[in-house]
Amino acid sequence: MAAQAQTTSQAAPPTRRGRRSRRRNYLGGLLGWIWLAVIILPIYYAVITTFKNQGDYFTQNPLAPPMPPTMQAYGDVLRAGIGRYFLNSVIVTVGSVIPIVLFSFMAAYAIVRGNSRFLRLCRALFLLGLAIPLQATIIPIYLMITRLHMYDSLGALVLPSIAFGVPLTVLILSTFLRDVPKELFESMRLDGCTSWQIAWRLAFPLTRPAIVTVSIYNGLNVWNGFLFPLILTQSPDLRVMPLALWAFQGEYSVNIPAVLAAVVLSTLPILVLYVVGRRQLLSGLTAGFGK
Amino acid sequence: MAALASVAGAPDQTSESRRVGEAPLDLLVLPALIFFVAFALIPLVGVVALSFTSWDGISAITYAGTGSWTQVLNDPGTYHAIWLTFKIMIVSWLVQTPVSMLLGVFVAGHERYRAVLAVLYFLPLLLSSAAVAIAFKSLLDPNFGLSAGLHLPFLSQDWLGDPTLVFFVVIFVIAWQFVPFHTLLYQGGVRQIPASLYESAQIDGAGRVRQFFSITLPQLKYTIITSSTLILVGSLTYFDLIFVLTGGGPGNATRILALDMYLRGFKANQMGAASVIAVILVFVGLALALGIQRIGGRDRAASQLEGL
Repeated sequence: MAAQAQTTSQAAPPTRRGRRSRRRNYLGGLLGWIWLAVIILPIYYAVITTFKNQGDYFTQNPLAPPMPPTMQAYGDVLRAGIGRYFLNSVIVTVGSVIPIVLFSFMAAYAIVRGNSRFLRLCRALFLLGLAIPLQATIIPIYLMITRLHMYDSLGALVLPSIAFGVPLTVLILSTFLRDVPKELFESMRLDGCTSWQIAWRLAFPLTRPAIVTVSIYNGLNVWNGFLFPLILTQSPDLRVMPLALWAFQGEYSVNIPAVLAAVVLSTLPILVLYVVGRRQLLSGLTAGFGK
Repeated sequence: MAALASVAGAPDQTSESRRVGEAPLDLLVLPALIFFVAFALIPLVGVVALSFTSWDGISAITYAGTGSWTQVLNDPGTYHAIWLTFKIMIVSWLVQTPVSMLLGVFVAGHERYRAVLAVLYFLPLLLSSAAVAIAFKSLLDPNFGLSAGLHLPFLSQDWLGDPTLVFFVVIFVIAWQFVPFHTLLYQGGVRQIPASLYESAQIDGAGRVRQFFSITLPQLKYTIITSSTLILVGSLTYFDLIFVLTGGGPGNATRILALDMYLRGFKANQMGAASVIAVILVFVGLALALGIQRIGGRDRAASQLEGL
């Protein structure tokens, strides 16, 4: 398995690229391709099915490509009002991610730069937050949201989403902020800048890669969130995408191509986001988890 | 977790807040703190309080002593849910760890095709659990899914309708969704192993398998701890996936703790009893997180969590 073991001290070029790929790793390759098949098969199935109509779905081989391909399923889904759910998801996601990142950045900056007992307590609390299972708190959250008269509103989804995005975001951002050389802060201080100015003019631009990482990460979490919408909203008008998928599945159980078309549509924005920010997301995640 | 934080060490010594005429840094932490306390920490305390009530979710909340606790602890369904949750947790760990470790070691190589594979492996992480569950539900449909397409007798099963089979289906779908993430972790871990270790091992004549067990595996110790923590604690959160895939069925075959809580609270209107289950969930989660850190050695594990 140890592909990287194939280091040759004399022939290998000095780049990392050449270092680990001298001899073929057949066993690893086999497992790699098997796993690829495992990953791809359900995705392939879901995508080709969306291009079939209901009749073809029942009669054709489920793994055969659609003959002829049709966009009917997508039409069905659009007529069923998926645009509305899509918009709800965008509102909730943007409305949660911006506060999460902004507030977490401020908190991380304070925790890294300051040294008061209060800040150390905050840090400990955020660490504790990593171990709180979201599901376990849903009943009191439901109670609070109803008491605030926010039940069945998009705002009800935003508030707890922010709370549960904060801990990990603070910790990732503070890891990055700690790597900013102290001298930079000192020189800005000598120039007479306040903490607030230093935070926004120096620290924020310097941590931009991490900001992108945590934005995508939180965006993914909120966009895909299921439990808060399930418990805290009720009206069909207020469904977000994952909940809409679930509801569709109940209502349209005879129209599987339409259900799967909704699945594909729900994934598209995330896919676009991932393609745009992939490098930063991956390097940010591995730096955050591997240190 | 509080203990972890104290090990993790204090931030650097510059105290900007002592400067004259400037708002203290402490204020900057407030917005994040307020949200966190209001919608994560207070609910955590609140759920303990609610477990001593007999609330139905609608009418007034009344104190009920340990009534809900006795009810839940005398219910064999509770133990079934706990047992099932642990079973899924442990089997998931046993399945996901070796697969993602081997895949991680493999894709850590730098050929282009491995990089492409690593990108494709990432796809399941982008999908919501609801989307994954719906796709698999239809793929596993006994009449129109995989079994109809491949005409292989062993595939023609009622995958989600058979109480024994469904357990393995759940394990498989969970692995499908989460192995990619752990592969990524291991890939990162492997890339940080110094190449010199392998060079000297090779001079000593160690083969590939030997190198894996003598160098790669020990060097990945902290990645293994991080990944295991996330798998074990994360397994408490498979709610969405199982809820959409099986709804807890057939019968109670996949009614894990989180699902049990939801059904008691929001379907059977027994919020008190559901809160008891929630408290059990919190305890299991905290015990796991702390337990694993202890096994893994505190200092190093703390700095790992810091990175999280």
